[in-house]
Order: sequence, then structure tokens, then C-alpha cells
Amino acid sequence: MTFEYAPAPESRAVVDIAPSYGLFIDGEFADAAGGKVFKTVSPANEEVLSEVAQASAEDVDRAVKAARKAFEKWSALPGAERAKYLFRIARLIQERSRELAVLESLDNGKPIRESRDSDLPLVAAHFFYYAGWADKLGHAGYGADPKPLGVAGQVIPWNFPLLMLAWKIAPALACGNTVVLKPAETTPLSALFFADICRQAGLPKGVVNILTGDGSTGAELVAHPDVNKVAFTGSTEVGKAIARTVAGTDKKLTLELGGKAANIVFDDAPIDQAVEGIVNGIFFNQGHVCCAGSRLLVQESVQDELLEALKRRMSTLRVGDPLDKNTDIGAINSAEQLARIKELADAGESEGAERWAPACELPDAGYWFAPTLFTGVTQAHRIAQEEIFGPVLSVLTFRTPEEAVAKANNTPYGLSAGVWTEKGSRILWMANKLRAGIVWSNTFNKFDPASPFGGYKESGFGREGGRHGLEAYLDV
Amino acid sequence: MSDRLSVLKTYKLYVGGKFPRSESGRVYEVTDSKGNWLANAPLSSRKDARDAVVAARKAFGGWSGATAYNRGQILYRVAEMLEGRREQFAAEVAEAEGLSKAKAAAQVDAAIDRWVWYAGWSDKVAQIAGAANPVAGPYFNLSSPEPTGVVAVLAPQESSFLGLVSVIAPAIVTGNTVVVVTSEKAPLPALSLGEVLATSDLPGGVVNILSGRVNELGGPLAAHQDVNAIDLAGAAADAELVKALETAAADNLKRVLRPRAVDWTADPGTERMLAFLETKTVWHPMGV
Repeated sequence: MTFEYAPAPESRAVVDIAPSYGLFIDGEFADAAGGKVFKTVSPANEEVLSEVAQASAEDVDRAVKAARKAFEKWSALPGAERAKYLFRIARLIQERSRELAVLESLDNGKPIRESRDSDLPLVAAHFFYYAGWADKLGHAGYGADPKPLGVAGQVIPWNFPLLMLAWKIAPALACGNTVVLKPAETTPLSALFFADICRQAGLPKGVVNILTGDGSTGAELVAHPDVNKVAFTGSTEVGKAIARTVAGTDKKLTLELGGKAANIVFDDAPIDQAVEGIVNGIFFNQGHVCCAGSRLLVQESVQDELLEALKRRMSTLRVGDPLDKNTDIGAINSAEQLARIKELADAGESEGAERWAPACELPDAGYWFAPTLFTGVTQAHRIAQEEIFGPVLSVLTFRTPEEAVAKANNTPYGLSAGVWTEKGSRILWMANKLRAGIVWSNTFNKFDPASPFGGYKESGFGREGGRHGLEAYLDV
Repeated sequence: MSDRLSVLKTYKLYVGGKFPRSESGRVYEVTDSKGNWLANAPLSSRKDARDAVVAARKAFGGWSGATAYNRGQILYRVAEMLEGRREQFAAEVAEAEGLSKAKAAAQVDAAIDRWVWYAGWSDKVAQIAGAANPVAGPYFNLSSPEPTGVVAVLAPQESSFLGLVSVIAPAIVTGNTVVVVTSEKAPLPALSLGEVLATSDLPGGVVNILSGRVNELGGPLAAHQDVNAIDLAGAAADAELVKALETAAADNLKRVLRPRAVDWTADPGTERMLAFLETKTVWHPMGV
């Protein structure tokens, strides 16, 4: 690599981060009952961005009570009025999208190009989409007058902090529920900024409550006896623990968990487009994507040609400052996540797969991992079975469509899959056979509020997005 | 006096299209509502449950891959075969549940009608549960429901036949295969249903019927890693058991249908079908 790019950093001046934030309960910011706080850092340079409150059981109880109290009026509002609040929120997100995109890249480490062009437009779109449902619920196929569930306890991950917030809050409010949301420990800031948007929108107090904290806060929220609905996005391991917690209760549960998606390339696929799709599938958002195409299944006859093109393309990826508009791959979200990626990549090597990464200079401070490719991977390897949640691609091969299906389906997960071929009948056959909630054919990692998202098997249950996403928040 | 001595029936399980005894060799006494002995039913073991799951998994590819039209035809065929044996089932249900002949016959009629009702759903459920999604980009985007896989069903305890049919039919009409544990104290109508299913063009293994103890079979089925979903209707009376089974089901994130009070004679709605469906969304670029 000899190209030199002039730096093109996005201005940080558009976002004003306070030195500390409290919990957002009943429309007010307040300190945690125990007075505990923790710091949130920028993973790109380990700079402390702010200090946020660590919510305890007492705070969870307070937030749930506020949500319960607000539920009475909020659920009784005509749908058209709830819709208008959601439309207001959507508009405010659009107005403040540059500020939020910069904030998200600072706190999460993702490239500004992605937070600006992908996350924020989708966040606004989700609120617009579900705003329109609020006064049309009788047409959603869940009866003439479907009822909300009550208080929703929502726990979201750090990979798309604001987008996951939108996925959870927009349908919940549209259906007439009130929410207590806990953002991830390492990325709490955009949810707190969202609290300010709720204030600007004039949203009634208590309808949205934001509790920052770690896993213990999430566990308290999930277990709270007055929560009617639990929605979680995160690891399969935590998802199982949550399923055990709500066992035997009346709480409705939806889980969006891990994945190990197969991205399947047939010999007749357009190679250049497939390469772009593979890169987008695994290196988008540093591979911190539950539906990432982390297993490349390539037909043996085109393996050499495809891998050569893929390596060439990977060599052009720019890793570095998330606020630089030229950056393709930003920082790994935390030291813990980086350690996990390193451990699995090392396991790949020690189990006999061949590791390759383009020459690439990584910054000194912060958490970084170069885009990495493993060839000679077998189905038994840990890197072919376990979710790595980082920019690491495992390459396997196949000869027949049947073999591709068998290998693609050979994990406990079933979130997404990709198929690349010019043959229409084969695409439809493959789409039919793959046990996955989303099948991207000749494309990958596309999202839209109108399109249901969610997994088979251990990738969780329930769907978010689309008409299907309403079911999670209605008594049906 | 030359009273003819009747021929008793040895009731057997229905697994993989065959009628085995329990591998454990155990049976238990089944009595009518007054305590009179009716027959010995197989007391299924954990091994029987595992064998039934293997049979259900084996049958899943073919059954889920059959056309909806074909599945509907077969469900209707079950109704046809039952219609011809109304008297037998009415007698069995009357004995099992201590009902009058007329009330038992009404239950059987309702069960037959339920097969017909679900038969008609086979090629409609995708149309009401699917969607064409208007995404903001040049993509063709379609969501359609698919069967979740192998469903373990704990059949209702009190309604030995109508309740049983009401939990089996909605699970299989969409392409799932099932392992059903019958009512514990009234298993005979369910075991006889196996004979009807075997002669109804239903592929072996699509429905597998086990009689025995819910307490003994529920746990292994809830914990089984190759079972995708579980219907806890038959554990309704035991909140502790429900909690234990739901907890075990979390190990592989089975879909759990929790028990609730159900009037089996009422319109069942679509809930039991939708509970065992996954939504698959397919994207494809549009353009030239």
C-alpha cells in the first residue's frame, strides 16, 4: 500500500458532551441511588468522554414505577397522537443527525461514514415507520383493537447503540407501551442524547426511561416483577440466561442473539460484486454485527480467483480514526472485545487454519484489529462455529449446492445468510433451504424498518421491523 | 348363556409410522372415570422420547418440503378416516372422560371438524403471515413463514381427544413434525388416533404419539437439543413443572408456548399455528 490520503476528519465541534450524566427517569436526569458512576471512553484513543451513572436495583425499581405510571395515560392516548410524538422524534433525529453520528463514532469507534450514512438514516426511518403504525394497529392482523403489554424492559448492545434503541423504542411506543431501556455499558451516550430528544419532543414524562449501567443493571431490569415485556439484543449466552429468568412468568420475551452467517458464493456469481458483498458482510462495523457474513462458503472451482480478488480488495481497506471520512474500519469497541477476537483468531491458527491480513498500520492508542482472513478452515474449527464479532472471515469450500446448504446450516445459529449466483432458480432453492431468518441474495447487510429481522434456532426468537415487529409489543 | 368374550386391544405407541411397545417394556393401568380397568397403556421412557424425536427430525425435511396443498389434502384425509370411526372414538372418549355418549360424540365431531378447519389453513397461512416489504431501495423483499422444526407437545390432560387434536393439527399443518405426549390418565383415544394417522397418507414420523408420565417425559423433551419448540398445554395444572420445563427449554432457545386456560370447543384462532413458525425474509436487488 503506497496510497497516501489527506486526513479528512469530521468536526467534533458539532457535539457537546457533558462531563457527567445521570439516569433519565420520569423525564428528569438524576444521580444513581448508590451514587456510583463509571467512565465511558472512546475506543479509538482511550480518551475519557464522560462519566455516567451506574443504576442499581433501586433505580431500576424507580424507573419501572415511572414507566408504569406513565403507561396509563400513554396507552390511552389516541393512536394518532402517539403517532405525532413519534413523527416529532423522527424529525428531531434528522435535525440532529450529524451531532448524533459524531457522538456515536466517538463512543463506539465505528467509522463516521457508517454512522452518518447508515446508522442515523435508519434510526430516523425506524421512528417514521412505526409512527405510521400507531394509529393503524387495527390493520396489522392482530385483531381489531390490539392492546399494548405495559412496561417494556429493553436491553441493547454496543454495536449499533442508537439503531438498536430505535428498533426497541419505536415499535414499543407506537403500540402504546412505555419503556425502560438500558444501553450497553461501553456505549451509553447516544441513548442519553436521545433522552434530550424526548424532552424536545415534549414526550410525556416516564414514557421513556434510560438506565445506564452494566450487566447487573440489565439483569435487575429483566427480573423486575412489574415488567411485562422483555426485549434483548446481545449474545446467545446472555439470551439464554434471560430466557431462564422469565421462565414461569407472564413476561413476553423477544431475543435477537448471535449469528455465524454463511456467505455462499457459487461459481457463476459476478466476482467483483461478490467481493464487495463479502467485504461489506464481514468488515462493516468492524464485524461487530450479529448477522455478519463471517463464514465465506466458496465453490471450489472459483476459490483461487475469488480469494485473490478478495485479498486485493482487503488491501485497500483503511483502518484508523473513526472520525476520518476515509476510514473503512474503525476501532474495536473495547479492550475486552479485542481480547476475545484475538483469542479466537489465535485459536484459528493453532487449530491449523491459515491466517492472512493485509499490511496495515494500526494506531498506537485504542483498540484495533486488522481485517483478517482464514483459509483452510474446516467445520470443526472454533472459528467456523463460534461467533467472533470482529473483522475476521473464515473461508470454507463446497462443491455442490446440497453441500453448501448442509455446511451453511451446520451451526446452532440461524440469523442470516448470503447467496451469490446469477441463477434465479438456484437462489430461490437456496433461500428455501437455508435455516436463517434473513437471506440476502446477491447483496448483504441490508436493513430497513419495513423488513422483519430476526433468527431461527439459537439466534433467538421474535422479529423486529415491519408489521411482524409489532407482535412483540402487543397482547396477541 | 353363551356371552361372547370380547377381544381386548393391546395399545401401542405410534413412532416413525410404526406401532412399537415402549422400549422399557413398561405399561400402566388405564381406568375409566369410575376406576374400572380399561387397558394397559405403554409407559414411555426417556429413550422412547428420544427415539420419537429422531423419527420426527427424519420426517421434517419431507413434510416441510411438501406443498401446502398436499399437506392440506392429508389433514382432510385424517378427518375422512375419523368420520368413519366416529362410534369407536365416541365410545373411547366417553369412557376416558366419563362423559355421556352424546357429549363424547360432540367432542369427536368437533375434533373432526377441527382437522377440516386446519386442513383449509395449509395454503393460506403464508398469505396472512407473510408480507411483501416495501423497503427504501431497489430491492425485492419478501417475508414468508416457515415451520420451526420438531415440536414437542404436551397434550392437554383433561380433553383427551378434542384437546389433543387441537394441539397436533395446528403444529403439523404448517410443516412442523411433532412428538406428542398424551393425556396421562386418558391416553387411549390418542393411541387410537395413531391408527387413524397411519392410514391417512400422513408420512411416518410427522406425528409421534407417546403415552406416559408428563413428569417423566416433559423434562427430556424440554431439554432435548434437537427439539425446536415445546407446547406446555399438558403441564397447565403444575406451575412448578411449567417453570422447570421452560427453564430447560432455554438451553437451546426452544420456542415455548406457555399454557393458559383454553376452552377447546371455542374457535381456536391462529395462535397455535403462528407459535411454531419462523419468519424468513429474502432480499434481492432489483434492476437490469
